[in-house]
Amino acid sequence: MKRYGHVTAIDHSDFELRKGEILAVIGDNGAGKSSIVKAICGAVIPDEGEILIEGKRANFTSPMEARNMGIEIVYQNLAMSPALSIADNMFMGREIRREGWRGDWLRMLDKKKMEQFARDKLTELGLMTVQSINQAVETLSGGQRQGVAVARAAAFATKFIIMDEPTAALGVKESRKVLELIQDVRSRGIPIILISHNMPHVFEVADRIHIHRLGKRLTTIKPGDYSMSDAVAFMTGAKEPPEIEAANA
Amino acid sequence: MAETGTKGQDYESSLSGASQTVAEFEDHRKGAAGKIQHALHVNPSLVPLIVLVFAIVLFGLLLGSKFLSPFALTLILQQVQIVGIVAAAQSLVILTAGIDLSVGAIMVLSSVIMGQFTFRYGIPAPISIACGIAVGAAIGAVNGWLVSKVKLPPFIVTLGMWQIVLAANFLYSANETIRSQDIEAQAPFLQFFGAKFNVGGAVFTVGVVFMLLLVLVLAFALRHTAWGRHVYAVGDDPEAAELSGVNVHKTLMSVYILSGLICAFAGWALIGRIGSVSPTSGQLANIESITAVVIGGISLFGGRGSILGSLFGALIVGVFTLGLRLLGADAQWTFLLIGLLIIGAVATDQWIRKVSA
Repeated sequence: MKRYGHVTAIDHSDFELRKGEILAVIGDNGAGKSSIVKAICGAVIPDEGEILIEGKRANFTSPMEARNMGIEIVYQNLAMSPALSIADNMFMGREIRREGWRGDWLRMLDKKKMEQFARDKLTELGLMTVQSINQAVETLSGGQRQGVAVARAAAFATKFIIMDEPTAALGVKESRKVLELIQDVRSRGIPIILISHNMPHVFEVADRIHIHRLGKRLTTIKPGDYSMSDAVAFMTGAKEPPEIEAANA
Repeated sequence: MAETGTKGQDYESSLSGASQTVAEFEDHRKGAAGKIQHALHVNPSLVPLIVLVFAIVLFGLLLGSKFLSPFALTLILQQVQIVGIVAAAQSLVILTAGIDLSVGAIMVLSSVIMGQFTFRYGIPAPISIACGIAVGAAIGAVNGWLVSKVKLPPFIVTLGMWQIVLAANFLYSANETIRSQDIEAQAPFLQFFGAKFNVGGAVFTVGVVFMLLLVLVLAFALRHTAWGRHVYAVGDDPEAAELSGVNVHKTLMSVYILSGLICAFAGWALIGRIGSVSPTSGQLANIESITAVVIGGISLFGGRGSILGSLFGALIVGVFTLGLRLLGADAQWTFLLIGLLIIGAVATDQWIRKVSA
């Protein structure tokens, strides 16, 4: 579905995401996980190489362009404004205006519509235990905030979602909830790129694991074929990787 | 998948016994204090409103009809109109976690340009006024560009701009005052904001009406338009705002330009208020506007507060000033009380913010 190659900053690293899968990206610190994902979403512009989305060339120059194409990113720091409400945060940068003269002339926002949409999306993902959609995000727990960020991505993504360490800051129970959310999103047919350090989480939800080492794709493995210690061994170079399986998507 | 999948879950198997409620909202802030804290968190302009009502009632009890007359109460409005307008501009900038020390200087320079263009070059007053307003907006644009693109701290940018604009004001005007009588005779439109009208003993000026309308329009825009939400988001966390799709540069530019524009209008209103065009007037407007904003409960750290609060803040200062003067107290008592209010307001802000912990 997507190919990524011949880049000087990231050294000849192919990368592909298939329809409806969760692709985990793992690698040691400094291996280039973030660089490759940033290059995909346009935060970093690759010097060489190309990105194909559904067979079409799509080299973004900013994350906004990627977003307009239906690619959503859940950032590690969540990118939310703590003092604003859940609904405000979900629609930040893509607010819905009221119909009629109040929207056209006063540029008035359709708060009801946005609140309703936000409520629907949170309920769909089984997250509606928050008291009010107008609650400020800072009054939510870490897991709830992550949930809102995932819901925001799921609500607007049409192509795929990139998640950067979605469980890093969470406790055990909250991580579990987020993993369920991730699987929920996949079941809607939206593929996910999951960057994570947490091996148990990666092995639990990923369909394929992309192991990155020294700026290159070392290999991709299926979590069923190898153990976590194998993966760590590949990642750190302690063990020779298997051949890359042929891309057939 | 099955084998490693199970392995992955092994260490969490004990979780199945744990409670399944995850992201549930619990109101842990119990009791009256908690409720008050929550109400204030939702409506940040409530504190200054309460203080304002309290102050009016207090002086009303102490002074009776001398204070509680339509004339005295509207006199307060007239006295705070300049600070109120400038505080509206200041509020916008402070909501983006900035500060604008050049507001007073922009106001004075704009008024001087309006006056000098009319009297020195013989340009019709409306065109001179338009020029003054354009200069105000342009200075705001320079501030905005330096803050947003060059990434200089707003405090430094506007501290520098304050000096530059003030010096330009004195150099250009050659320290000349245009007399009130001359303006009245030749270009009364410059004093338009000073035009008075009576409503049953209450005296309003165009400037007062402008201040009230300005605050209402800005309050609407901040609450009900995407631009307003972006102003708050940028003040809250500019990086998060950028990542979630807000054009931070555009938002900051719009805020600083609007601030300059409003200050220029304040300059026009200043001519109406004092009658003359004086390059030495309005020197305290920047400090007074910051005072109004802080007492009004807008957080200096950005992203929190309501512009209505700033209006209340300006009115509180006005009520104390007039009330204490009517009581015959030394003017220094006013400053002392305002100092206490500032510290009290910031302490309240910190307390309200504790919900985020």
